[in-house]
Amino acid sequence: MSDREIIRPVREKEGTNVTFSPAVLEKIEKIKGRYPAGREKSALLPILHIAQEELGGYLSVDVMDYVASLLHIQPIEVYEVATFYTQYYLDPVGRHVIEVCRTGPCAICGGERISAYLAKKLNINPGETTSDGLFTLKEVECLGACGSAPVMQVNTQFYEFLTEEKIDQILEELRAQGNEDKPEKSKWIEKFF
Amino acid sequence: MDRKILLDKIDIPGIRSFGVFQNAGGYSAVEKALTTMSPEEVVEEVKLSGLRGRGGAGFPTGMKWSFLDRKSGKPRYLICNADESEPGTFKDRFLMEKIPHLLIEGMICSCYALGVNTGYIYVRGEYKYIIGILNEAIREAHANGFLGKDILRTGYDLELHVHSGAGAYICGEETAQIESLEGKRGNPRIKPPFPAVVGLYGCPTVVNNVETLANIGFIVNHGGGEYAGYGVGKSTGTKLISACGNINNPGVYEIEFGLSVREFLYSDKYCGGIKGGKALKAVIPGGSSVPILPAHLILQTASGEERLMTYESLADGGFVSGSMLGSGGFIVFDEEACIVRNTWNLARFYHHESCGQCSPCREGTGWMESVLHRLEHGKGRQKDIDLLVSIAGKIEGNTICPLGDAAAWPVASAIRHFRQEFEAHVEAAVCPVSQIH
Ligand SMILES: Cc1cc2nc3c(=O)[nH]c(=O)nc-3n(C[C@H](O)[C@H](O)[C@H](O)COP(=O)(O)O)c2cc1C
Ligand code: FES
Repeated sequence: MSDREIIRPVREKEGTNVTFSPAVLEKIEKIKGRYPAGREKSALLPILHIAQEELGGYLSVDVMDYVASLLHIQPIEVYEVATFYTQYYLDPVGRHVIEVCRTGPCAICGGERISAYLAKKLNINPGETTSDGLFTLKEVECLGACGSAPVMQVNTQFYEFLTEEKIDQILEELRAQGNEDKPEKSKWIEKFF
Repeated sequence: MDRKILLDKIDIPGIRSFGVFQNAGGYSAVEKALTTMSPEEVVEEVKLSGLRGRGGAGFPTGMKWSFLDRKSGKPRYLICNADESEPGTFKDRFLMEKIPHLLIEGMICSCYALGVNTGYIYVRGEYKYIIGILNEAIREAHANGFLGKDILRTGYDLELHVHSGAGAYICGEETAQIESLEGKRGNPRIKPPFPAVVGLYGCPTVVNNVETLANIGFIVNHGGGEYAGYGVGKSTGTKLISACGNINNPGVYEIEFGLSVREFLYSDKYCGGIKGGKALKAVIPGGSSVPILPAHLILQTASGEERLMTYESLADGGFVSGSMLGSGGFIVFDEEACIVRNTWNLARFYHHESCGQCSPCREGTGWMESVLHRLEHGKGRQKDIDLLVSIAGKIEGNTICPLGDAAAWPVASAIRHFRQEFEAHVEAAVCPVSQIH
């Protein structure tokens, strides 16, 4: 690759139309204000969480480029962060992402059986999404809830002391919600960021 | 041995709210510190208290504070480490969920002592609901004049902000946390310079654990001397222990330092003994990074003394026959647990969480994971056991941050104390220990 090619912009942004709503943009300005002038890049992690939630459930290149433009940083600075942290998804996910803990303390309390049961019930392997697009199953590391093992997290909700019966019930509830946004969705950003 | 400092008020209904917390005596430490004490006097009381960092390393807090560069002319920062990702540890979550204002009160006193006008609470991204609780607590403290400009008309200004991580154990390490707070990958920095001189945005910074900071209110109110009257020896005060694994009562307990491990493990007030009446096999007493100890060495030291819940007693015997208090994540294994499987599981964790900067850690954790995987799945060779010891030895001490040590110790200690179980896996060519599956 010649130098000329290396310094070309990473990607043409024509034709993409990812944008936050004015209300979200206002919130983002507020978040940037928590860090000293000139240090707005600090807002990158929180903004990526919001972008993932608001702009399609995962961080596409277009979304990452858009976030870079909001913070006046290079797209590569966003890519390197997005690829480092496990809570950012780089591929499309289902409506509900089920993150089941696989680490030691959960494992010795039946966590492996719970994870296998989830995979069987959903008929997918960890890392995959059901064909109806409702569920993605992921195995994650310790969720900081080992006293209530086995544990999983769906969206932002913890489910603890899991049993097979509990999982049947939780999956049914989530299925009943279907693809509708939960009513509290609108408050999500205000509450958590 | 059951006096409390942190959790004595958590059963008061509504204690999560500002009003109830203040009626129960909350925020009196802020008033006392800001209106009757100089910042230096607060630091002196913390030194006198003997308080040691509750994030894992146990470094004396007052000493850490006295290293903060106050002459640089730059802003100074306090970061509250609420990343809590060490497997087996869930005490900070409990504290922030039940009594968030205790942390806010402690942080205000600490910021005042350190001459800090902006503080951040770095919360692991998985604890979203905790972020909601902290944001509400900060809003209440603001509305009541304990944060913002000219607090209690003393001329002191302070803002606290909550910052969300995004899933990375390494961001609990203080310099990785600083990088992450700057909007970067969580790659630990080479020390020195230490954060106390060059930290967040190149400015002098103190990073303290949630529980450490939650103790400051008591120290201000009652004096460091009274605090030091709790506990034994150099383990002053109390400790939150998060107990999990194969026990009857998993949960978070505040213990006064000096309680015996036996009482903690078997008393109904605490763990309540091993679940299902089974026998105790092993304990990891301080979060997944510290050495595992077999039953006979966790209850007694090698010289036959009763093992106590203190920094010193848990470390008695060094790495040959002791362990560490660490973060207070107390993981209990019953007789049916497979040590090889658990060691493989934790090796996989450290491999997954290695930031990848240092070759010994990046490569070594991967090797340990795959060798342990084949041992657990009946495909190991006898010489794999020494190979693991050798890999662990090559990681330990050879990395920028202590994640490498944290990955090496569990493997080395499991083999030290349970070598026969590893050998049995090779001989049987299958995992001979009944477990979950
Ligand atoms: C890999 C690694 C992970 C760590 N994780 C945490 C953590 O989750 N929470 C924490 O308070 N300290 C953690 N620490 C320790 C911090 O680096 C730091 O020592 C601590 O926050 C200082 O606070 P303290 O003196 O109040 O304990 C970790 C250290 C390492 C090496
Ligand atoms: S090990 Fe599963 S929550 Fe900690």
